[in-house]
Amino acid sequence: MRWLGPAGAALLIVYPFILTGPFYERMGADLLLAAIAASAWNIVGGYAGQISVGHAMFFGAGAYAPLLVYTRWQLPPLAGVPLGIAVSLVMAAVIGMPSFRLRGHYFSMATIAAAELVRIVVGNWDFVGAAIGLMGPPVARTVLDLSFRSAVPYYYLFLVVLIVLLGMTWLLERGRMGYYWRAIQAGERAARSLGVPARRYKLYALMLSATFTSLAGSLYALMVGFIDPESGFGILVSVEMIITAALGGVGTLFGPLIGAIILVPLKTATNSAFGGGGSGLTYILYGGIILLLARFEPGGLLELWFRLTARRRAPEPLEARHAA
Amino acid sequence: MILLQIIISGLLLGAIYALFSSGLTLIWGMMNVINFAHGEFVMIGMYVAFLIVTFLHGGPLAFGPAAAIVLFLLGIAVYFGLIRAIMRGPMIAQILSTFGLALLLRYLAFWLFSANFKTLPEDLIPGVLNVGGILIGMPQLVAGMAALALTLGMHLVLTRTALGSQLLAVAEDRQAATLMGIRPDRMQALAWGVSAAGAGVAGALIATFYYIVPTVGESLALIAFVVVAFGGFGSVPGALAAGLIIGVIQSLSAYWFGPVYKDVIVYALFVAILWIRPQGLMGKV
Repeated sequence: MRWLGPAGAALLIVYPFILTGPFYERMGADLLLAAIAASAWNIVGGYAGQISVGHAMFFGAGAYAPLLVYTRWQLPPLAGVPLGIAVSLVMAAVIGMPSFRLRGHYFSMATIAAAELVRIVVGNWDFVGAAIGLMGPPVARTVLDLSFRSAVPYYYLFLVVLIVLLGMTWLLERGRMGYYWRAIQAGERAARSLGVPARRYKLYALMLSATFTSLAGSLYALMVGFIDPESGFGILVSVEMIITAALGGVGTLFGPLIGAIILVPLKTATNSAFGGGGSGLTYILYGGIILLLARFEPGGLLELWFRLTARRRAPEPLEARHAA
Repeated sequence: MILLQIIISGLLLGAIYALFSSGLTLIWGMMNVINFAHGEFVMIGMYVAFLIVTFLHGGPLAFGPAAAIVLFLLGIAVYFGLIRAIMRGPMIAQILSTFGLALLLRYLAFWLFSANFKTLPEDLIPGVLNVGGILIGMPQLVAGMAALALTLGMHLVLTRTALGSQLLAVAEDRQAATLMGIRPDRMQALAWGVSAAGAGVAGALIATFYYIVPTVGESLALIAFVVVAFGGFGSVPGALAAGLIIGVIQSLSAYWFGPVYKDVIVYALFVAILWIRPQGLMGKV
């Protein structure tokens, strides 16, 4: 199966030349964006094992900041990207510092509450567009506006970001950070007793994850040119990151990408088959998938694949992860 | 005078919060599992009330028990179909399973009943009580008092009956309870049934004066999280006290800052509790 990786990578690079037309180009860009967001979530949710249900707050901050600096000060939207990241880092610290002292489920509850808090505040704050939201530049003034009519430039931009993110995750995974995260995930108390500064490394994971989730939000806003509280901070934004990562396999490098490759076409198909009202049906499907995954295959498709193809290689047994 | 009226309506709402939160805290204390679908259980209770009023023309005495029975059975089914298996699984499975269930139930309701707001007829429990100028709607009064009674009843059953002692014994030490001849599986199933039934009745009660919509479970679940965190995990009296306090805080902040901020204040309080007193008012870490 060694050819699978290079073949997949080649396919991603030539995709816009194979499936042309606005519909497929946009779907490709959506797919990569979902992969970026889910890979970012995977750093804290997968590797460090802290399940965030509120990553929409980072995504939304990243999405709002570019359009805000454009709307308020006529700056190129790109200038808002660091602002979004800064805001996300502050929020990550406010939530992470206290809740990482506590046991697992607490972090999930805190993130979901914080994301809702931010969504309601943004939805009622006129400076950031309140319930209506914000618009980007209608026509590109300079190339700095990163406003293209076709989805193909975004596709390649997203591909570069995804490669950088996965490359960095790969490096960290092999270093001290990765070992610490896996130790924390396998059993925090045991990790602590071996001298792993668990709280600090959980916070690092959250910060890094927040940074890239914010970046994903910025990329979304740059492409779509419009953001409102629901599409930026809504709970479903967090849900999509979680299910994408969980389907492919949490805590694996390519799991989120594989999840996106399956889910985004599925979502595009159900939405175009059942229309706008079909989004309800999409989420029934999502809920069902999450439920069945958690019940029967918590390791996701990658783990199932490994088990079916290479028994001899014996991937990390599941029991080891929840021994704590 | 207006302030007193707001506090009273906050207490009545808070009693309902206490009722559905005590189920959540019971499960948490017993099994260390947070049920993310708890708000959806409340939502289903609301729709049970709506269906019974619309199609069978039943009153509160019909739809209250009906919601309890439907949700009790659902809770037990969820335990045997899902929870029992994921308890042996990794942490992520525990969180994702009930989260997936929440999505599934929420959007099934969306699909079945549409996203439109529904309300029960206003004359279901008619009248307004006037106590020296303080006006209290009868639906709120009846629902709040019923919720208070049921929460206290749940506490008494847990602490004063043999069955309750068995339940608490399993929560305290599963293994020791097994040695005493208690079957933990049955007790945990029962706890899920009771927890869901409490949520269902709370939903039916709140439906008498609240709008019914598929997504209502999300904000109610968050309120339950805040109540549980505030009252201490696993403590029914803690949930009662915290529920009443949160109800009053919500009513007051709706009055002082405007209705949209009532949830903002409560969620902010949650983050604040996290920083200041993570073990809750009466809880232990």
